[in-house]
Amino acid sequence: MRERAPMVLKRRNILPGFNLTLGFTLLYLSLVVMLPLSTIFLKTASLSWAQFWSTVMSPRVVAAYRLSFGASLISALINSVFGSIVAWVLVRYQFPAKALIDGLVDMPFALPTAVAGITLTALYASNGWIGRYLEILGIKVAFAPLGVVVALIFVGLPFVVRTVQPVLEDLDPDFEEAASVLGAGRLQVVVRIIAPAVIPALLTGFALSFARAIGEYGSVIFISGNMPMRTEIVPLLIMTKLEQFDYAGATAIAVVMLVASFLMLLAVNLLQRWSSRRLTAQGV
Amino acid sequence: MNWLIPRAAEGRKPATCETAAVRAILLGIALIFLGMFLVIPVVAVVYQALEKGVAAYFAAISEPEAWSAIRLTLLTAAIVVPLNLIFGIAAAWAIARFEFTGKNLLITLIDIPFAVSPVISGMLFVLLLGANSPIGGWLVSHGIRIIFAVPGIILATLFVTFPITARELIPIMTAIGSEEEEAAMVLGANGWRTFLRVTLPNVKWGALYGAVLCNARAMGEFGAVSVVSGHIRGVTETMPLYVEMVYNDYAFAAAFAVASLLTLLALVTLILKHFLLADSSVAVIARASEPVERIAA
Repeated sequence: MRERAPMVLKRRNILPGFNLTLGFTLLYLSLVVMLPLSTIFLKTASLSWAQFWSTVMSPRVVAAYRLSFGASLISALINSVFGSIVAWVLVRYQFPAKALIDGLVDMPFALPTAVAGITLTALYASNGWIGRYLEILGIKVAFAPLGVVVALIFVGLPFVVRTVQPVLEDLDPDFEEAASVLGAGRLQVVVRIIAPAVIPALLTGFALSFARAIGEYGSVIFISGNMPMRTEIVPLLIMTKLEQFDYAGATAIAVVMLVASFLMLLAVNLLQRWSSRRLTAQGV
Repeated sequence: MNWLIPRAAEGRKPATCETAAVRAILLGIALIFLGMFLVIPVVAVVYQALEKGVAAYFAAISEPEAWSAIRLTLLTAAIVVPLNLIFGIAAAWAIARFEFTGKNLLITLIDIPFAVSPVISGMLFVLLLGANSPIGGWLVSHGIRIIFAVPGIILATLFVTFPITARELIPIMTAIGSEEEEAAMVLGANGWRTFLRVTLPNVKWGALYGAVLCNARAMGEFGAVSVVSGHIRGVTETMPLYVEMVYNDYAFAAAFAVASLLTLLALVTLILKHFLLADSSVAVIARASEPVERIAA
């Protein structure tokens, strides 16, 4: 007798609307995203490799890259440290107005960047509420690179908090209690048990905060002072070139930024996949 | 002094908690950090706005240019949010209910605006539709102005905000599952009826949450709109652009007056977020989709 192939039930979808919704989605996507994005590559292709390189490596542009990436790195690091503390405090402690503060952490996400920009400038200028005290200490924040860092701390603040918070919330207290029973001091417990569980989320939050910071425009341009070679960020440089109708130059700089942003996005996705694998492996 | 020291949260036993001193210090650091970067700026906006008195505040808001900026911002949000909601629902239906090749690619494509800096987003449209481009040249010769006019602002805002609704709705529709809709189909409802009577009521809180986030972003968008608007006073200035223009003219009180309206919008957004997250389906999904969506803003 001939062997029959095993019967496989094919799952048929009875829901309608596939063509309609997919078609609409693709149309919308093409018009709003793909078409504009393709122009940037077409425009860059019009530049010769030498022109591209000279534009992207000119001193003013390099200075802007240094400021944008450097300030973003510093602000992301600061946000990682303080964001973890905030997440810890929000998850582990009970204190008055906790729910209010928890909600407030999302403020940099809801507040328009221009508003954040002018407010931070007013605060940290020499006659501002905070600036006047820093001035006495000799620290100049507004219209200096430090101002860029401050603005980027503000915009990146929620990222680390919101990525670390769920991980801390889901941490099983059993491990800590077992360690404590077996004689571990509190610091040992934190370093050996809690930290390894939190590190992937912390790295993700850091990467997100960094990625956000390098592209930030509105909050920074007011407080930075925009002095070429000193306090000019890359998005502003792109804007300046556009205003001068140097579209090719603007596109060249933008392509470098896009490559960096996509790499960051890739890093974030990989980190998230790594951390979810770790969590599922760890979950008992 | 005991009230200064935070208690351990519910369910934490004393053995697994830090000493009181450490708790107090950590809470202090957290509160000072948040106070410096969150609370004081909000207070400062209100103070600066009212610095010259309430009369000057209302005068600043009722300036004709301020008013046209407010109208343009509201118009932009009124067009962008519903369009993106429709897109979000359509994309969520296609992605959550069907299997097809290229689904992951589609999801990645939807995420693209998040990876792109706002200024670059605006620049894309200037390159595509500006007077120097083939399409733009054709449009201008036929008298249609898109870049440096209101339609350009709407397009740029559309680009920047459309992933927000999709990213909220896709996980929600995936999590809800298609059983109810399939049951409706089996019981004889046609596609539209199923959609209106079964799907929409299930996702309404998620859709509302996505709409609130999208609205906040649409009204507050600065970088992308700044590039495409051309800063034509009274015509293509949205509220954030107006704030910038007035601030650069050293009219600080007026700038902060309009900024305070935007801050109020932000606070209302936060409050709405809080209440919408009370719906359990939204909360679980919102938490899962939060990380990547926040890069853009």
